[in-house]
Amino acid sequence: MFGNLSRQDWVMFLGFSAVVLLAPILFQPIGAAYPAILEKFCIFGLFAIGFNILFGLTGYLSFGHAAFLGIGSYAAVWSFKLFTMNVIPAIILSIIFAGIFAFVIGFVSLRRSGIYFSILTLAFAQMSYNMAYSVLTPLTNGETGLQLTLKDPRIVDAMFITPGTGLPRSTLFGLEISGGGLGGFYFTAAALIVGFYISMRIFRSPFGLMLKAIKSNQNRMRYTGFNTRPYLMAAFVISGIYAGLAGSLMAAVDPLAGPERMQWTASGEVVLMTILGGVGTLIGPVIGAAIIKYFENIFSGFNENALNSVFSFLPDTLRDPIVKLLSLFVGEGWSLTLGLVFMAIVIFLPGGIMEGVRLLTSLFKKGGNGNKPAVSGQTQPAE
Amino acid sequence: MDAIILQILNGLDKGGAYALIALGLTLVFGTLGVVNFAHGALFMLGAFCAVTFNKILTLEKVTVDPTQLTPWGTPAEIKTSLVEAWLGEFGKVLVNYSVPVSIIAAIPVMLIIGIVMERGLIRHFYKRPHADQILVTFGLAIVIQEIIKHFYGANPIPQAAPAAFSGTAQVGMLLGMGDAIPYPWWRLIYLFFSLAVIGIVFAFLQFTTYGMVVRAGMRDRETVGLLGIDIERRFTVVFGIAAVVAGLAGVMYTPVLPPDYHMGMDFLVLSFVVVVVGGMGSLGGAVAAGFLLGILQSFASMNEIKSIIPGIDQIIIYLVAVVILLTMPRGLMGRKGVMED
Repeated sequence: MFGNLSRQDWVMFLGFSAVVLLAPILFQPIGAAYPAILEKFCIFGLFAIGFNILFGLTGYLSFGHAAFLGIGSYAAVWSFKLFTMNVIPAIILSIIFAGIFAFVIGFVSLRRSGIYFSILTLAFAQMSYNMAYSVLTPLTNGETGLQLTLKDPRIVDAMFITPGTGLPRSTLFGLEISGGGLGGFYFTAAALIVGFYISMRIFRSPFGLMLKAIKSNQNRMRYTGFNTRPYLMAAFVISGIYAGLAGSLMAAVDPLAGPERMQWTASGEVVLMTILGGVGTLIGPVIGAAIIKYFENIFSGFNENALNSVFSFLPDTLRDPIVKLLSLFVGEGWSLTLGLVFMAIVIFLPGGIMEGVRLLTSLFKKGGNGNKPAVSGQTQPAE
Repeated sequence: MDAIILQILNGLDKGGAYALIALGLTLVFGTLGVVNFAHGALFMLGAFCAVTFNKILTLEKVTVDPTQLTPWGTPAEIKTSLVEAWLGEFGKVLVNYSVPVSIIAAIPVMLIIGIVMERGLIRHFYKRPHADQILVTFGLAIVIQEIIKHFYGANPIPQAAPAAFSGTAQVGMLLGMGDAIPYPWWRLIYLFFSLAVIGIVFAFLQFTTYGMVVRAGMRDRETVGLLGIDIERRFTVVFGIAAVVAGLAGVMYTPVLPPDYHMGMDFLVLSFVVVVVGGMGSLGGAVAAGFLLGILQSFASMNEIKSIIPGIDQIIIYLVAVVILLTMPRGLMGRKGVMED
């Protein structure tokens, strides 16, 4: 069963798990050790891992993945409202719904490739967003978003527990998940590690190899007699399920769901995370997600006063222009920084951070002659 | 019957905006082979050209007049518009017509923005995969949008149409049908304006030597290059023209929809759908699909239709796009061999 993972993979997996589990201690120095942000790292990491299974392996750029995230969130909140505050049924329900939607959308979208595929997924995501916003208000509570109320039936819970006052919290058989405790973090961390393991197995499996072959030359795959559609479908549904799982975790740590989670800017964000970390690498997407969420947190918290105190050692004449300039990029202007970083990565380092790391290590190993092996990753098919 | 004509008219002016943006997108794609996600931002920049122009025209000089007192007992501030002070009556007319007049300012500005964008960024992406082009222009769109937000704020800035055109036209009378079909003048003007711009672009491509070379370049750029023509330079100009077209669409649209920083993104998604429905690389297809989808959208937002299929107005464009892409793989008028994958 563990045959196709090399020793190196196991080392990477164990290292990854250790870092994730020890995050509350390791991230102390950079000020990101509280559960709310660590949960975000894990959830978006999972989302990006799933997206990478589709984009990184097959090269199909979906611009509508946030739809599955939103569907997962709605399904989870409904499970909290109708059945029980336990997160396990919520997650199962989310996975089922996200899987069904991914199957339907994938079945239609995967008939086309390239930019047409991007537009089709975008169209479906916008449709879901618009419908969640307007027509489906009874199901989604429109703009306000779906929230827990005291009047929810919670059939299963009602049979066993006498409800306390106030809104209940989501639990895992008694362990509190929502409410900002470490329980929520360890739960999402466990999901991330399991998700990472599955993605690693997919990358190393014959199935993953098939997907990579589709990316490099789909026509040749067809000529050799493979029907590529079922493989693409499988990849699409798996990555949709990852997104649904991420959505349900989002609802588990904070039980509400709104339509803005499905908007195409949210789809753009996950693309950004994957690109930043490194498309087609195992760890890259998680790193990308963590970096973006971390800096979003730091940068959007800054304002002019904070900047003034940082640069207080400078004389006034020098400080004012610097603060003015930097205030463009922090606080409200965080999106501007994000856009610039995004452009810089695509222009100068299309392989993302992982590519950069590899370039650096090969530079040290081979003494300045390290650029050559990095290029060989993209082999041109012989015609 | 009246209702149908009214809905068609309603669709046509929105369709005009879609068609203009889609035309620019297709032009860029057909010539440079670049998928430009920042095209919506150009539309938005055009709209903000009008806003800026209006702001400059209405700059005021504030003088404190101690002889007059406000109800609060402080000296009254008398505001005089600089333009009116310098130009008198003509200045007033100029302020009134600021939206159409700002076209004159918008054309060179958009041309420069377009050429700088192509020379500075897009040209380095000709040989890169389409995914990279999408991503880098997506990043650029975010950057432009945020810069505008920083300088103009997040709220929409309403722009008034010239007073003479702010009323409604009795279209029924004009068509000789007797019945009154009220329709805002400005939207009617927008429709004719967009038709005129589309006409000019087509005439430029069809009847001038320059346009002929560009069309030849769209078919086969290597051969045109081999004939000793600097096709890159011409394509840069084409990118500038596409930027101008998008900008003009934005300028004239300001009285219909108060511009805000994310209007470009909102229109871009729809315009992309329009381009794909029309067929990648087909100019006629883009224009036809723009008007078609505009009309369909306005029909879908009729109450009679909404009561049968609730919410159809929100999704009709995407639904049509999905159906067309699945039944006609190249869109309405796509050429063979363009972006098959």
